[in-house]
Amino acid sequence: MSIDAKIPAGPLDKKWSSYKNTAKIISPANKRKFKIIIVGSGLAGASAAATLGEQGFNVECFCYQDSPRRAHSIAAQGGINAAKNYQNDGDSTFRLFYDTIKGGDFRAREANVYRLAEVSANIIDQCVAQGVPFAREYGGLLANRSFGGAQVSRTFYARGQTGQQLLIGAYQGLEAQVAAGTVKMHSRTEMLDLVLVDGHAKGIIVRDMVTGEIRAHAADTVLLCTGGYGNVFYLSTNAKGCNVTATYRAYKKGAYFANPCYTQIHPTCIPVSGDYQSKLTLMSESLRNDGRVWVPKRKEDCGKAPADIPEDARDYYLERKYPSYGNLAPRDISSRSAKEVCDEGRGVGPGGLGVYLDFGDAIKRLGQNVVAERYGNLFEMYENITGESAYERPMRIFPAVHYTMGGLWVDYNLMSNIPGLHVLGEANFSDHGANRLGASALMQGLADGYFVIPYTIGDYLNTQFGKAKPDVNSAPFQDALAAVKARTSQLLSIKGNRTVDSFHRELGHIMWDNCGMARTKESLTAAIDKIPKLREEFWKNVNVLGKGETLNQSLEKAGRVADFLEFGELLCRDALQRNESCGGHFRSEYQTPDGEALRDDEHYAHVACWKFEGENATPTRLEEPLSYETVKLATRSYK
Amino acid sequence: MNFTLRVWRQDGPTTAGRFEEYPAKNIPDEASFLEMLDIVNEELEKAGKESVQFDHDCREGICGMCSLTINGVPHGPGRGTTCQLYMRKFQDGDVITIEPFRVGAFPILRDLAVNRTALDKVIQAGGFITARTGSAPDANSVPIPKVVADESMDAAACIGCGACAAACPNSSAMLFVSAKAAHLGLLPQGKPESERRTVRMVRTMDDLGFGNCSNYYACEAVCPAGISASFIARLNRQYTSAAAREAVGATTI
Repeated sequence: MSIDAKIPAGPLDKKWSSYKNTAKIISPANKRKFKIIIVGSGLAGASAAATLGEQGFNVECFCYQDSPRRAHSIAAQGGINAAKNYQNDGDSTFRLFYDTIKGGDFRAREANVYRLAEVSANIIDQCVAQGVPFAREYGGLLANRSFGGAQVSRTFYARGQTGQQLLIGAYQGLEAQVAAGTVKMHSRTEMLDLVLVDGHAKGIIVRDMVTGEIRAHAADTVLLCTGGYGNVFYLSTNAKGCNVTATYRAYKKGAYFANPCYTQIHPTCIPVSGDYQSKLTLMSESLRNDGRVWVPKRKEDCGKAPADIPEDARDYYLERKYPSYGNLAPRDISSRSAKEVCDEGRGVGPGGLGVYLDFGDAIKRLGQNVVAERYGNLFEMYENITGESAYERPMRIFPAVHYTMGGLWVDYNLMSNIPGLHVLGEANFSDHGANRLGASALMQGLADGYFVIPYTIGDYLNTQFGKAKPDVNSAPFQDALAAVKARTSQLLSIKGNRTVDSFHRELGHIMWDNCGMARTKESLTAAIDKIPKLREEFWKNVNVLGKGETLNQSLEKAGRVADFLEFGELLCRDALQRNESCGGHFRSEYQTPDGEALRDDEHYAHVACWKFEGENATPTRLEEPLSYETVKLATRSYK
Repeated sequence: MNFTLRVWRQDGPTTAGRFEEYPAKNIPDEASFLEMLDIVNEELEKAGKESVQFDHDCREGICGMCSLTINGVPHGPGRGTTCQLYMRKFQDGDVITIEPFRVGAFPILRDLAVNRTALDKVIQAGGFITARTGSAPDANSVPIPKVVADESMDAAACIGCGACAAACPNSSAMLFVSAKAAHLGLLPQGKPESERRTVRMVRTMDDLGFGNCSNYYACEAVCPAGISASFIARLNRQYTSAAAREAVGATTI
């Protein structure tokens, strides 16, 4: 079966402009006749809703939180990349494109990534116009900082709250459209299934999380902007509510799930302190601009206070191994290096699962005031959680699951293989390859919502003129509705002995131990053996109390965990089939003599697309070859 | 650590609520307040009782979803959100009272979860800068003095949790409204709609049943984002002058 990504012809730097010149446009009078469902209200969903509403489409937007402003994009701290070259340090659209392709370990699509780099500059303009208070220099111009995986300063930021400020900008745009009547917002409403009519995505089944009502919504097209699946690991930096349900349900309706094994482990998180722990807290990567990462050279020093370990007994291992990028080595490399030194027994803190991130030199060089101005809120957060001041002793950090590069497969139009189903932001797979660079998630979410989908959605909608409008009373909707109701009743009727959380934690342990920072054929085979057993036990022994007709957080969690219990297996299968190491996917069998990821471009320079084949059947793996016309595949080196 | 919790339980928006007492046993002092509630909830479920429903999401102090009043104080002791409160702040054996945010404009949905859509409605009334996607000039075309950008950012840090209204004896959302008016109104991009924004947000706030400010400053004391009550003074100045000009027909809102 061939997979057509619909990449426009022509040279790389002309593809997007020639696409726009010839894109099919919907006239203003016709726009209001099309209804668009948007699921999710993070950067991708809110920016798409605001823009499509403003263009005159009839938009309905759904989110599980109590307000669209709470989506987890809000937690992004460090910044957003854009090829503005305001620092006159040699940045360009091509350089941002190349850094992103290289950062993704040559596993992303050239045309999509180039478009992303092209529109990055428009995003900054748009955000400033809507009142995002980015950091500025005394002269009044925008400030930039550098970020992992880049040798230029192209990251725009708003203190340590960049995601919050960008999301509030998009949220305000969305609320303006709610006021204008073009967008209808459904908060505390969770999508539980996708509805297909004659093979096209034409609606969703949702549960009102307050009244418990399960109902259908129909539209001309559906946009999933539902984020990533990091919570399959239970502990991650994602919000508690982040889940795979929307994209996994779409997968079960036939959408390809692409590269699920590409998961990103962020190097700078606060280490785990106990079993009760419900989530991991990220410390922005921007801290690595001024912080130096080290562990003791000798195991025996690990128990000592950091101040008692002299300079020559410290191993600044990133600076040693990667002299040109040093502490700013990309996330996957930094995380793996931290794991290596901890595996060698040189980790610090409880359980030896931590490394130091030291600001001592920065404080000497810049003064505590400057450090506080740059990172004050992060230092406060750290002190609040750990009870230690990072001004006085180095932070302890450890890698944690943070972002997922895999997602539903989409073509150049951001449409999946199901006609009418579009997927934006972290929920799709398209731009980050096997590893995402810092400050690029915000860029992609907003690029997709503000500047890509408003141009590409016409390609599908133009084929829908004259087609009968989908009807929620028709069989496809009523069948999907009945299935969701049956599943909900089933969850409530099991009345077993184990809580939902206990299953989620156990799944998380299986995933982290077998499919975490390093994976092997044996570990993955073991996980693929264990997960179905856990899933079976879940459906026999989970205890979901309460009723379906009220706010019931146990029921919400149960539905999400049930999907994670299937999805985790798919993730492991993808990791098992990819017999190479690339980016965030590190297979211990495939490494260079000095421990770096060893790609196999001959056999794996492709996107793995998983096709659902039925309950308990093995899914089929399809391939979209990645052809590089501009970039030469190279070994990724940050030395 | 061991605690006794007095928790507000309410089955639905229209039913009467009551306090129930639960033990919280063997809680690690590194646990956050919400993790302590997770542990208690898991014990409740094991005993066949429905868990306490409470809002939370990011658990890193930024999404604004968590909304507990702890021992009478929104977000409890300390400066952060409920999710950033750690059990080491309490003494072993403490009795801890947990209630929802109590604001007329935030109806209780169940147990500790409240409906804060009123805050979204205030934003709909004018809490935005009209900037059609794609129409923006180059981001550096309007220099903004650092002090102005910084002050705007101070106001923009609001997380929209509503603790200000929950702490206020008048259930006023003035701190929330003033922060938005300042965030946008201080920036050159926000000037054209500044008066209209302020007046519309204030009037919508009144219509939604929030009270007015009478200078208790309880809002500032509980604000997890450290928003200064001086923004309220700024809001009052702007509202008064705009309303006066409107009254004499000098401007149309």
